Amino acid sequence: MNFDKELDARGLNCPLPILRSKKTLNEMTSGQVLKIIATDPGSVKDFAAFAKQTGNELLSSAEAGGEYTFFIKKK
Amino acid sequence: MEEKKLAIIATKGTLDWAYPPFILASTAAALGYETQIFFTFYGLQLVRKDLGSLKVSPIGNPGMPMKMPFGPKWFKDINWNIPNILQCAIPGYESVATALMKQTIANNGVATIPELRELCQEADVKFLACQMTVELFGFEHSDFIDGIDYVGAATFFEFAGDSDICLFI
Repeated sequence: MNFDKELDARGLNCPLPILRSKKTLNEMTSGQVLKIIATDPGSVKDFAAFAKQTGNELLSSAEAGGEYTFFIKKK
Repeated sequence: MEEKKLAIIATKGTLDWAYPPFILASTAAALGYETQIFFTFYGLQLVRKDLGSLKVSPIGNPGMPMKMPFGPKWFKDINWNIPNILQCAIPGYESVATALMKQTIANNGVATIPELRELCQEADVKFLACQMTVELFGFEHSDFIDGIDYVGAATFFEFAGDSDICLFI
């Protein structure tokens, strides 16, 4: 999947992946896509909740080898 | 959609209890909530310029696991059930427990309190401090970080009364 920016949130725990993502999204323009890689298992539900509440669209959420990858499209 | 509001009353002044208000406030701000924290009584410790005095006290807290943040796995897995009477008697016990907790925090990729507080400020979380307890405890405004409003309970209710969520921590 194409993306405009990437955020490495590996090794970070709640609520840092969400806070760093929000900060990065603030620097992006509407329609751009942010890719996030995290290792916090709680981030799967957290990013879904984040997208639902902020209106930024969660394009995909996947797990492979203990790493979680999310693609979020800025509102 | 009108912006949601979160009001938090922070009353605890220990390293462990510093987490809930700052985690919830920073996350709420990231979700688009307008957020205020009212620091009162021991909670004032959380807005001091120097956060180095924040400690954790395992004394009288049976819910706190006492595990070592270093060594092989079998060693880390031991839960050191140290009787309260010994915890009280050993000088520097809280300082050691605090150092161990800070190491555990670092090992787990958990943010530090100064980091979370800064993230709250960057996200425009508003900090209010209870003027009455500032005086009661003999603090000066210069003991605290910039950007704080010193107010009374009535001012807090102006915001809290309109809030969607109000938490006492």
